[in-house]
Amino acid sequence: MIRHALRGPSLAVVACALSLAACATTDGPGTPSADGSNSGGADTDRTLPAGLDYAANPDPFPSTYQPLPRDDLAIVGATVFTGTEQRIENGVVLVSDGRVEAVGGPETPVPGGYRIVDASGRFVTPGIIDVHSHLGVYPSPGVTGMSDGNEATSPNTAQVWAEHSLWPQDPGFNTARAGGVTTLMILPGSANLFGGRSVTVRNVPSITMQGMKFPGAPYGVKMACGENPSRVYGGRNQSPATGMGNVAGYRAAFIAAQDYRDKWDKWRETGEGAPPTRNLQNETLAGVLDGSIMVQNHCYRADEMAVMLDIAEEFGYRITAFHHAIEAYKLAPQLAAAGVCADMWTGWWGFKMEALDGIEENAALVDAPEGSCAVIHSDDAQLTQRLNQEAAASLAAGRRAGMAISEERAISWITSNAARSIGIADQTGSLEPGKRGDLVIWSANPFSVYARADQVYIDGALTFDRRDPRYQPQSDFELGQPGYGLSAANIAAGAR
Amino acid sequence: MRPLSLISLAALALSALPAPAQDLTAITGGRVLTGTSVIENGTVVIQNGRVVSVGTGAAPSGARVIDARGKVVTPGFVAVDAGLGASEVSSVGGSDDLSNSANTISASFDVSYGLDPWSFTLPVARLGGITRAVVIPNHPGAGGGGHSHQDDSDFAGAGAGGFQTPGLFAGTASIIHLAAGSDILVRPRVAMVAPFGEAGAGIAGGARGAQFVQFKESLAEVRLYARNKSAYDRAGLRDLSLSRADLEALIPVVEGDMPLIVTVRRAADILQVLRLAEEEGVKIILDGADEGWLVAPQIATAGVPVLMNPIDNLPGSIETRASRMENAAALNAAGVVIAIKGNGVHRAREARFNAGNAVSHGLPFEAAIAALTVNPARIFGMGGQFGELRAGAAADVVVWDGDPLEPLSSVTAEFINGQEQSLTSRQILLRDRYRNGGRPDGGMPLAYGQ
Repeated sequence: MIRHALRGPSLAVVACALSLAACATTDGPGTPSADGSNSGGADTDRTLPAGLDYAANPDPFPSTYQPLPRDDLAIVGATVFTGTEQRIENGVVLVSDGRVEAVGGPETPVPGGYRIVDASGRFVTPGIIDVHSHLGVYPSPGVTGMSDGNEATSPNTAQVWAEHSLWPQDPGFNTARAGGVTTLMILPGSANLFGGRSVTVRNVPSITMQGMKFPGAPYGVKMACGENPSRVYGGRNQSPATGMGNVAGYRAAFIAAQDYRDKWDKWRETGEGAPPTRNLQNETLAGVLDGSIMVQNHCYRADEMAVMLDIAEEFGYRITAFHHAIEAYKLAPQLAAAGVCADMWTGWWGFKMEALDGIEENAALVDAPEGSCAVIHSDDAQLTQRLNQEAAASLAAGRRAGMAISEERAISWITSNAARSIGIADQTGSLEPGKRGDLVIWSANPFSVYARADQVYIDGALTFDRRDPRYQPQSDFELGQPGYGLSAANIAAGAR
Repeated sequence: MRPLSLISLAALALSALPAPAQDLTAITGGRVLTGTSVIENGTVVIQNGRVVSVGTGAAPSGARVIDARGKVVTPGFVAVDAGLGASEVSSVGGSDDLSNSANTISASFDVSYGLDPWSFTLPVARLGGITRAVVIPNHPGAGGGGHSHQDDSDFAGAGAGGFQTPGLFAGTASIIHLAAGSDILVRPRVAMVAPFGEAGAGIAGGARGAQFVQFKESLAEVRLYARNKSAYDRAGLRDLSLSRADLEALIPVVEGDMPLIVTVRRAADILQVLRLAEEEGVKIILDGADEGWLVAPQIATAGVPVLMNPIDNLPGSIETRASRMENAAALNAAGVVIAIKGNGVHRAREARFNAGNAVSHGLPFEAAIAALTVNPARIFGMGGQFGELRAGAAADVVVWDGDPLEPLSSVTAEFINGQEQSLTSRQILLRDRYRNGGRPDGGMPLAYGQ
């Protein structure tokens, strides 16, 4: 179920959130007629027909994720990066019932009955989290009929949800997992000011989107600054055609969302008149205003980030993260002070004007101030397979600039900070007791180009093993394709 | 010292060399990866823009000595298909001289005229150890590994990016060096580009069957034209579909003097293209070859080299469904000469990471180094002139503080044509301006600081 940190007077919402079953039952005696009419006193039951009251069922596409079969685990002998700036040599990681139970040095006792995984000479990190992915919505193959990531039909499509475009058979999920990625936030594209809702998934094979959905992960809304919306709509002689058009669009949308929220609050309070008609677009933005939906804001330039922070202040919401934050380093202290994450690449720059000032040291510089939240993200089905290397390149650049950055710190850019950036830091992103047992055993130091993910565990379950074909899942799409069943290493067999 | 005659021969071949540094320099004590071999505790001596010697001897007296103990010394890397110097900001059409949509200028499109020695992309690439590049015209089907970007992928047609295809041929490539100075052109018109597969089919009308027929017809026209130029000039020759400029540009291709870079991905298409090249007597270089591992022995038997990006392991389209991370290893094992690409103009520097990932997927380390250095030089007819550390070659030398394929390693010194290069860039200047959190210095905005 979705966590909604509700504020304000929406008591009915709170009641329903606490007791979903009761609110979802709309056909019982004493409920309003199916046509939605409501006779109205302040004390009457205001239950609406199914689907017409958001609060009655705030989680209409619930997660059906089930962890894969698992044992209690003791991973021993590895160098462990915990994601909390700790580096433990010859460490012991205990995972019990899918959760991290203990992390410590070689003296840590291993209870009987645990499956012991010898990781001597290898490295263990938390599972890698990619906070900006389009897997499933821009899947491979990227052909006609499969490009479902941008509802580029209107500048505000806050009503669309990425999960409804997500194709679980995208082979990119498998290659990402082979790169250690255990959790991803899938976002709509950036054609629009409001692109729609994100969905956070566990990187497990599944027939349905719901089977991947991260239980309890909050929704985000994708917002986009800059060149993309103004290019797309300006190119159609529509607003926004400029940066100022962009800002007018954000503000107008939040004004409408406030109005919408107020109408519902008033109706819930007084029961007077007909109930407001549900509006999915405003519903998402009202979720931003009440703090239950995160703002995930594509924004390249520092000056635009500063404007977005002011808009957030104006309407009383928080920005959780700036994505593609090419110029975050120019505002590093301000971002840290505001508690806003900056999700960045290392190597991308120059592909458009707003990406001109991208520097390899971005993450290192953003990471420096107290309270910062530097994150390395991919936005790319290939880069997501190597976020550890992208972090390594940032680390190296920072060190070249004279900054003393440890590897145990830098790993947080793709683990614990990434979890914070998508609102699941209480669940995963670090190897701490009670957190989900999401972890990777690397063949070598993960900051080396030669390191491969040997094993990937999600909720304590082995989901990928580089040396065991039984743990190398193939999506339906991959079955029977050219080269299927052949190892490229076995070239003679491939020749026909 | 080496015989002067050899030096002058090599100098002729590299006609575009700027005035080389005269200094005698010895880089000593490092692990030297020559491109074809490894020398521990090696000494690389350079003078007059060229490598004088590579071995284990002492530094010659009077030489400037660069202590490379604990370091790794390599030839400068050769970027293939990087577009360096010909595209400044990808989305700004006016700054991009890689793409061309003129109907009458296809094969004759020549990127050398658009090269900018002052491009800010060059110093950035240098920091990735790149000292030379083969600048190849952009063309349909040239995707993969960094040309496209999810952020912009879905609506390029609305603004910049959706360029029109000019024809079956995308024009000719140039070789450049990346030394600071006013002339970076090493050799223009080193190869012709032709997209095949889905992209080529799209140009021809939608089907591969149309493209192959049209392609053969075009080469027939070139031969006809080459034999009947005076008739053509008198308008006594039947109408030809290509412009005169394009016909001229293709003469060295049909005569087998200029290689054709064929962008092709599907295994079936690779086999068709190998057959076509043999039938037409055309020398080809495969570009992409995502499914090459399925037909590696055939590529090796044909003696055709491959320009590839080893990290292309997803089926971006239907023609790349057999993409694998092990493609580079498999092609190399079969005896195919491969060159490893970077990730486009701005991320050309990542070629070394791509090579490292090929190594972690089975490519021998020395083969990966060769794929960044000596192989691309040889593929483009410049073997012995750059891309390896051997006497007589251009003094393109890079000193690294560790394994050059590792992201944690950095360049500590770099020479191109013997000239030591600055290790700064516009990006480094931005870094230094903002390294202290962007705080104004003494109350004045940072813009006042230098």
